[in-house]
Amino acid sequence: MVKIAAALLIALASAAVAAPQRVVSMNLCTDQLAMLIAAPGQLVSVSWLAADPSVSVMADKAADFPLNHGAAEELFLDAPDLVLAGTYSTGPATDMLRRLGIRVETLPPANSVSDIRHGITDMGALLDQPERAARVLAQFDADLAAIRPGQARLAATYAANGFTTGPESLSGDAMSRAGLVLLADRLGLAGGQIALEQLVMAAPELLVTGSRYSTPSRAESVLDHPAFTAIPTTRRTVPDRDWICGLPAIAGTIADLSE
Amino acid sequence: MRIEISDLTVKRGGRLTLDHASLSLEPGELIGLIGPNGAGKTTLMRAMLGLIPASGLSSLAALPPAKRALIAAWLPQEREAAWPISVENLIRLGRIPHRRPDADAAHIEAALSRMGLQSLRHRAVTELSGGERARTLIARALAQDTPVLMADEPIAGLDPAYQIATMQLFRDLADEGRTVIASLHDLGLAARHCTRLVLMDQGRIVADGKPVDVLTPDNLAHTFGIEGHFAQTKEGPVFQPLRVLS
Amino acid sequence: MRLLLSLSVLCLLLMLASILIGPAGAGIGESIRALWTGDDALGLVMREIRLPRAVLGAAVGASLGLSGAAMQGYLRNPLAEPGLIGVSASAALGAVIALQTGLATALALALPLSALTGAVIAVGLILLLAGPGGGSLGLILAGVAISAFAGALTSLVLNLSPNPFAAGEIVFWMMGSLADRSWLHVAIAAPIMAAGAALLWGSGRGLDALTLGEDGAASMGINLRALRLRVVLGVAAMVGAATAVAGAIGFVGLVVPHLLRGAVGGRPGRLLAASALGGAALVLAADIAVRVVMPGRDLKLGVVMALIGAPVFLQLIWRQRRGL
Repeated sequence: MVKIAAALLIALASAAVAAPQRVVSMNLCTDQLAMLIAAPGQLVSVSWLAADPSVSVMADKAADFPLNHGAAEELFLDAPDLVLAGTYSTGPATDMLRRLGIRVETLPPANSVSDIRHGITDMGALLDQPERAARVLAQFDADLAAIRPGQARLAATYAANGFTTGPESLSGDAMSRAGLVLLADRLGLAGGQIALEQLVMAAPELLVTGSRYSTPSRAESVLDHPAFTAIPTTRRTVPDRDWICGLPAIAGTIADLSE
Repeated sequence: MRIEISDLTVKRGGRLTLDHASLSLEPGELIGLIGPNGAGKTTLMRAMLGLIPASGLSSLAALPPAKRALIAAWLPQEREAAWPISVENLIRLGRIPHRRPDADAAHIEAALSRMGLQSLRHRAVTELSGGERARTLIARALAQDTPVLMADEPIAGLDPAYQIATMQLFRDLADEGRTVIASLHDLGLAARHCTRLVLMDQGRIVADGKPVDVLTPDNLAHTFGIEGHFAQTKEGPVFQPLRVLS
Repeated sequence: MRLLLSLSVLCLLLMLASILIGPAGAGIGESIRALWTGDDALGLVMREIRLPRAVLGAAVGASLGLSGAAMQGYLRNPLAEPGLIGVSASAALGAVIALQTGLATALALALPLSALTGAVIAVGLILLLAGPGGGSLGLILAGVAISAFAGALTSLVLNLSPNPFAAGEIVFWMMGSLADRSWLHVAIAAPIMAAGAALLWGSGRGLDALTLGEDGAASMGINLRALRLRVVLGVAAMVGAATAVAGAIGFVGLVVPHLLRGAVGGRPGRLLAASALGGAALVLAADIAVRVVMPGRDLKLGVVMALIGAPVFLQLIWRQRRGL
């Protein structure tokens, strides 16, 4: 599926007459990939989320760009020759832009390290910057090769609403590459909600939690539950931004988890 | 129990609905409160009880509510019974002021039999006919076992037999030494059963005395705008309204 | 008395079932032993997850059942239910405001107290608009308006929250859930609920007398103003505390008094204790159903209650449609 999509994208990209000159990105993940690969001046605007340090690993860099809020009107006024969007983001806005005759390309979210590798290549093709993409990819591969997986420990992520990651996700793949055994895998689950008492009974050796927000929510209150805090285990925090989007920076996260 | 009211006055929206009413009621009296619609009969009784704010004096309203409830029972005109509770349980509500609602079975039995409700005791009040419900509510007031009983149009909507029976019951209660006050529209029954009539018009008490002294052609013409026939028979006083005066 | 006894036994059985049912799937004997002695994972599950959930379920159910019975007794209308007439929604608004302003973080009791404040305003408005005359039209219309307004404001506050999870939580605040509630929640809610119960407990005599109408009750020495204050504060405290920790669970206060009214001979005073026990049993049963029917999906308690309650509500409306 990913390969077909990639082939399609590349075919579409090569159909374009020349390298796009005014690229606007309206999705957190395409924002960050584009910032990594685009030539100076090629990227005109990124989404406001890219500048939010709680979800973006490149918030500093995004501060150099004008920020958009993903509305068709403001994007159109930037007069882009290419708009980058996520597959599942802002349907009406991208539909509107296409109606207005603007080229909109979407990239699927990355669910694994190999998706990230494809994403880098695809982004290079869309921006017509294959050499820059190849350089990013080579560095990523080198970083991945340097990782020494740790001992096999039972591990689980636990997040708001009792969500835990399964193997078919970027965080799951990253944890497996760090040598960890996913609790969801052990329980035969695809990930998703898992009851707190199941987690307590399973007693994972490593519990990975994510970012917390300063204002409370009912969904996150499970992370303050006395039974959760009483589980005897090693606890690690991986900020959500590290694996929301498929970026080469995941190599650093994997290396941390393997220790 | 003697009840005194003097200069009792109720203002509603700048209008006097009760205008300086003064009365003295003695034990043994059955007082019929008569007058056209809007004359202030209900207002007078509610003000006497202290259920609505009023200026002037009422010996009943001056009592603390819990004490007053042991002295006067009140039968409102709206025959309300909100829930499908049984006749017996509704009558039991009359024992609430006595703070031992379940203790006085004797009073409940007496009220049931006095109103002829024994066969209905387990029926839900919401299933009763209008007349049965009216009798049940009277029984409730009887169960309160007070020296004073005040009733707002207690016989409206009852069939003739129960109208007469109810008036006779009130008279019996009065003869037992209680004070009974009832507002009435049926002047014939009022004339026949009441020991005393109080005639009201536009918030004022305009006549007070024996039926024969109150149901005079003058009073009838001025307050009701009607003409009637009053006679003393060997059955007692009889009154029949005849025609509307134009 | 026999009724109260059998309802109590039912509650105890349901509580036991609630403690024994869960995804961890341990044996009955093992689970009960772990409740007293277990220092291991199962002990943790039993004492810190299942027991508080069962206790909270019973307390929330009792609060909602009792409040429903008290409101109906006072308004003399079987349709008066905290969830339907906006009291729960207003309590949820109060709770959400306390959470999002950080008040609840600074002082744990601020959460139920703020919910109580929301509920007081709603109950006050209902009494003002509907009154104890027993009319359904004013009651339902006032309830619709208050529900809609409180729901909209709750959405607004949640949407303004910088926390993306909070922004999506209107479902919880409108549907309620007991999932993953801990002793902390019990400790926050219990004192307020107890105060509310004490207030409502004393209202039985007055509610009985109100069967005869306002005038009839007043003539029997009932202080209507004091009774109203009791009902307003009592209902607000119970619904406020329940909503603050479990969200707005509707229909409990409608279904339970409706089912038990016949058994207590329609007497509003006797209905209070029976409805408290019945409410506890119903919410415990619904919370068990939530876990058994769709394990692991956090099916909202309010969904189950609405499935049970809405038909009862419609039937009541049908029956009184002439009075509306």
